[in-house]
Amino acid sequence: MRNVATGIGLLGILLLLVGSYVGLFVAPPERHMGDVQRIMYVHVPTAWIGLLCSTFAMIFAVAYLWTGRNRWDDRLVGALEISVILGGLLLVQGMLWGRVTWGIWWTWDVRLTTSLIMFLLFAGVLALRSFVEEPLRRATWSSVATIIAYVDVPLVYFCVRWFRSLHQVQSSPETVHSSMIIPLRINAFAMLFIAIWLIAWRARIESKSRGAERPPERIEIQGAQNG
Amino acid sequence: MSTFQQTLFVARKDLLLGWRARTRTLAVALFGMVTLVLFSFAVAADGEVGVSAAAGFLIVALLLSSILSLEESFRLETEDRALEGLLLLPVDPVAIFYGKAIANFVLLVLLGPVLLPLTAIFFSLELDGANLLGMALLWLLAAAGIAAPGTLYASMTSRVTGRDVVLPLLLFPLTLPILMAGVRSFDLILRGDAMSQLKGWTLLLAAFDLVYWVLCGALFSRTLEE
Repeated sequence: MRNVATGIGLLGILLLLVGSYVGLFVAPPERHMGDVQRIMYVHVPTAWIGLLCSTFAMIFAVAYLWTGRNRWDDRLVGALEISVILGGLLLVQGMLWGRVTWGIWWTWDVRLTTSLIMFLLFAGVLALRSFVEEPLRRATWSSVATIIAYVDVPLVYFCVRWFRSLHQVQSSPETVHSSMIIPLRINAFAMLFIAIWLIAWRARIESKSRGAERPPERIEIQGAQNG
Repeated sequence: MSTFQQTLFVARKDLLLGWRARTRTLAVALFGMVTLVLFSFAVAADGEVGVSAAAGFLIVALLLSSILSLEESFRLETEDRALEGLLLLPVDPVAIFYGKAIANFVLLVLLGPVLLPLTAIFFSLELDGANLLGMALLWLLAAAGIAAPGTLYASMTSRVTGRDVVLPLLLFPLTLPILMAGVRSFDLILRGDAMSQLKGWTLLLAAFDLVYWVLCGALFSRTLEE
């Protein structure tokens, strides 16, 4: 299983290199924005996979509350951390693009605001985890907080349709040239594979840490018998 | 005893405790007043600037005051392990959540008669009957949107070290949609609604209230399991 996850991760890195090359050197520049538009080949996949990781986190949280099995909590930690990292990257990429295109680093546009809220919400769940020492309580509470935080995710996706926004509405393959869709899709799969790899990796670390957290009763008993 | 009766029983218990510790409850209102004063100095909010900023200051004052109120409601439960005593009684956890959330909601609503007139005075707001009715309705919706997730999170954070940090860290981002919709709605009442946006923002506020009250009520019992 570990080798499969590593294989998926390496495939993801390879795809990211290919997708970035195609996006930077093969795809044509956009008519109005020129080369600045090329950030889309990482920005849009970051947004998609970030939202997907938040959805994974919500599913793992429900699965933990449903079954009470630790493995779901381990995966929840991984999905939360990766969605926070991708959420942070998304904001930075958006600011870089906004500075060049809109002339400002930040504006309180509804898409930017809901994305920032999502980042803070999931970071808040991680902060909660760090303050709770008892493992069962930590797992249950972070699952509950994750499910509530997820309320913002549909809002991030649909807000550009529901409210007036500077941010453009989602494009579709009909509105984007095929030469631009190819690097976009390669990078999206690349980030998905890397995210799955990192979640699996983080879950394994969490599982091992949980083992180390257990009180060493057996060792003490053995020590007493030996003595 | 039905779940509804149990809910009322828990709400009555909390409100009674709030009444008996009146000085603490009043301290929350005083904190809200101080917050408003600080805001008015922070941006030199007089004239048109004051009117445009008043809605935001009012809702932020409510949000900041709510932290004290929510922490207080669960401080009493964790002291002497009162919550465990409550759980030993044949009381549905759903009733405990809604009872405490209703009590917190009432306490936040009661901040309205203190903070609303002060905001009108400090920021030179022109209020008439229709404005006041609209603002009262919005105040109820904003208080409800803070009370439900606040009660759930306060129940968790009251039992961890660093509760003073974690509760705002969790609650503030979650209540940002409430803050946004509340501020926009209040502002539209105060400065006119030329493009008929008030209904949309009020509905958004009500929708978040509904989601939070249902979701938090459904999840609360899991946070009590040890």
